Amino acid sequence: MGYQLNFAPVWRDFDLLLSGLALGIGMALIAVLLVGNLIGLAAAFAMTSKSAVLRRIAGVYVTIIRNLPIYFLMLVAFFVLPQQLGIRIDKVHAFVGTLSIYAGAYLTEVYRGALLALPKGLREAGLAIGLTESQTRLWVILPVMVRNALPALSNNFISLFKDTSVAAAIAVPELTFYARQINNNTFRVIEVWSVCSLMYVAACYLIAAGLRYAERRLAIPH
Amino acid sequence: MDLTRFFTDLYTARWPLLEGVGMTLVISFIAIVLGTLLGIGVALSLVYGGKAQRFAVRALLEYVRGTPVFVLILACYYLLSTIIQLTPFQAGLIALTVFCSSHVGENLRGALLALPKGQTEAAKAIGLTFRQSFIYVLAPQALRQALPAWINTAAELVKASTLLAVIGVVELMLTTRQIIAIKPRPLEFYFMAGVIYFLICFSIERLGRRIERRVALPS
Repeated sequence: MGYQLNFAPVWRDFDLLLSGLALGIGMALIAVLLVGNLIGLAAAFAMTSKSAVLRRIAGVYVTIIRNLPIYFLMLVAFFVLPQQLGIRIDKVHAFVGTLSIYAGAYLTEVYRGALLALPKGLREAGLAIGLTESQTRLWVILPVMVRNALPALSNNFISLFKDTSVAAAIAVPELTFYARQINNNTFRVIEVWSVCSLMYVAACYLIAAGLRYAERRLAIPH
Repeated sequence: MDLTRFFTDLYTARWPLLEGVGMTLVISFIAIVLGTLLGIGVALSLVYGGKAQRFAVRALLEYVRGTPVFVLILACYYLLSTIIQLTPFQAGLIALTVFCSSHVGENLRGALLALPKGQTEAAKAIGLTFRQSFIYVLAPQALRQALPAWINTAAELVKASTLLAVIGVVELMLTTRQIIAIKPRPLEFYFMAGVIYFLICFSIERLGRRIERRVALPS
């Protein structure tokens, strides 16, 4: 075979790849841990609330988003919506928005499961010591539920972080985008894709290790 | 929004649209079949393989699972085309198959390991060989256990197949974009595509639940 491995072109642009990875992690942090989490918590409480309308709205949101591909949602957010509303939207913002809504639906399921798994006595105890319904939710149910949900949250975070690679398709300059660019400029195919995928694998491992550590620190002591 | 105009356009574009849906279904289906077969091999070597085999398969599995599916698709497309000439369809199919096998492999491994040890011991005690005990005792239980996650993988695969549009497989997403290039009604045609994807994934989920109930272990 006439293919000579030559990693030099990849190392020359390694800082680009690193900056792309940083952007991917950053987008995942904002979209998943910040916005997606808030959407997920709100929708999970809505799904378990007494109001039938709220339950319905949250249920429809989760069902629709979970059954649509993220690539489709991203194209809608980047091409269709701005055109219809007559606005210009930055591609990074479009993707972070998409990922937030996408993550929100998956996290709703996580939190809904955690809410349903809580013993009934918890809410009753909160009410018994004189807290109102919303105080009980905020100070009693929420802390316990979030800590119980942490393992499932970590798994979802890693899988949603991997979804940031899809943003390369609308030229968001993250890792996959730069890998493709180097690939097209230098044709160092094997080198660039092995480095790119290893960077994703390494990032997933580091994130997983960090999240496991956080899980242990925040776990409810027995 | 002029609906009659849209339906005229939709009618004009019906064949490409149907072909796009067909391509999405066909490539997802083949990838699920091949990926499941490969995934069974992965799970078997992870659970029953020798030490070296276990280690090698585990390393490969972790590598694939840590890589985003979009990177798998691009890597397959660019990498394989330097060695052998592959059509986008073939490259995409390989990527999706590998993706599917990693999910199925991990899932089935968990299901096999979750079986109580007494099952293997009981099978041995009544004189079944390993092959017999696997086919008649372990596999039926493990497959049932693995079913919900497997159906999830199928829906996941349909969603991942949208990314094949980027390497030029003319599936539903790329068809939609091509139609919009000729009939500029992005809102309507994207909505159409969304409804189709929703229906496919939603029916897989529903069908899965029904099958799950049918094959549940009688208690």
